Amino acid sequence: MNIRENIKPEQVYLTRTGESTIISINNLSKIFGTNVVLKNINLEIKKGEFLTIFGPNGAGKTTLVKIMSTLVSPTSGKVLIDGVDIKENPVGIRKKIGVISHDTYLYTELTAAENLRFFGKMYDVLDTEARIDELLERVGLKYRKNDRVGTFSRGMKQRLSIARALIHDPPILFLDEPYTGLDQHASATFDRILSGTNAHDKTRVLISHDIERGISFCNRAIILANGHIAYEMNDTELGDLLKCKTIYDKLVEENK
Amino acid sequence: MKFLHIAWKDLKAEFRTKQMLNSMVMFSFLVIVIFSFAFGKESSIYISVIDRKIVDLLAPGMLWIAFTFAGMLGLSRSFAGEKEEGCLEGLKLCPVDRSDIYNGKVISNTVLMFLMEITTIPLFIVLFSYEIKNIPGLLLVVLLGTLGFIFVGTLLSALTVNTRTREILLPVILFPVLIPVILSAVTATGVLLAAGSIFEIAGELRILVIFDVIFFIVAQLVFEYTIED
Repeated sequence: MNIRENIKPEQVYLTRTGESTIISINNLSKIFGTNVVLKNINLEIKKGEFLTIFGPNGAGKTTLVKIMSTLVSPTSGKVLIDGVDIKENPVGIRKKIGVISHDTYLYTELTAAENLRFFGKMYDVLDTEARIDELLERVGLKYRKNDRVGTFSRGMKQRLSIARALIHDPPILFLDEPYTGLDQHASATFDRILSGTNAHDKTRVLISHDIERGISFCNRAIILANGHIAYEMNDTELGDLLKCKTIYDKLVEENK
Repeated sequence: MKFLHIAWKDLKAEFRTKQMLNSMVMFSFLVIVIFSFAFGKESSIYISVIDRKIVDLLAPGMLWIAFTFAGMLGLSRSFAGEKEEGCLEGLKLCPVDRSDIYNGKVISNTVLMFLMEITTIPLFIVLFSYEIKNIPGLLLVVLLGTLGFIFVGTLLSALTVNTRTREILLPVILFPVLIPVILSAVTATGVLLAAGSIFEIAGELRILVIFDVIFFIVAQLVFEYTIED
């Protein structure tokens, strides 16, 4: 079955893919102590592309995203974002990326507006108040603007974390298993918000275990297993959920 | 100036609950009150056995025990609070130098520590019947001693934040480094409580200033590595 046929046009994040490469990963390896987490990764991500990275636990997906988002230094190899080595100008790179993770990065003692105001100042956002109102409206939390985040449900926190990640309108979004802990309704709301305005202008990298959700919106998917890119799914495979699941299960089994 | 936003955020969150400040103030009050029962005017053994001179010798140490132990409560929570909801990672993703995170934490920790100290000192003065003649001098010693404590403590708090036994580990690794600060601050406080002049503690002040400058610079240089994953 082709699950992508049922997706409404506005739900498709990627409507066009730019020609230029925005993220370039060359011979990237990461070793923690004696544990080799990433082995010689080579990957190019085009501007406007939606890439999904699948992989079992311990495959190195989160480490890969942490390296791309400057949180972790690679042991060897290079990561270029917009042609700039992340080691050379990490502060500049951080202005270009937004990260939505299973952790919300929100301060529970502060209100929704205070959280966004703080991150707005950290990212030098001009006209922060207007931006806060716009984003809270978009994630459906304007009515809770002045309520403490500690009183929010998991789904509301995750929606607010989208606003936090988008406060500086970054051209690149990393989504590290953002659906963790969300129920079906909250996940659908999360998808709807993410596919909102300007979504097609952004380059997105999603990390997921959920094959169905992961392939729904992407235009490219890779499977990471045992620290290396084990498989890259083609367009035909991406349209066939069952095939994707079979390939994924087979690769995970092979790379145990 | 982004470190000011970080400090402001920390203080705003803290003053909303006052969880840490209340714990610090209560702890320092308890220390001072218990010591006053043992050695102060209320002590039954004070009049007959303990000489005022002995109290003068012990009092500055008691004051700094209250400051450092209460301050430890704040320091251990300084970065641990950022672990909730993965906030430390969110902070590290912001386009700021790592030293801005350190400086912001230093400011918020210092403000909390000072609030605890300025509420503890009057209680100490009353319970131990001191008449402070050189209040600016005492405040200078408290300021320099506190800065030394905070500069090292904030750095080590970041270092221990990912360990499971951070509440135990932090004091264990912090106090040996703080020996020059505590010795100098206790000696200088003792001189000032005994109505000594600022010139008598010039050596201690020099040590405190040098310690503060060295550890502030060292922290700026190494902080990045202490919060690396």
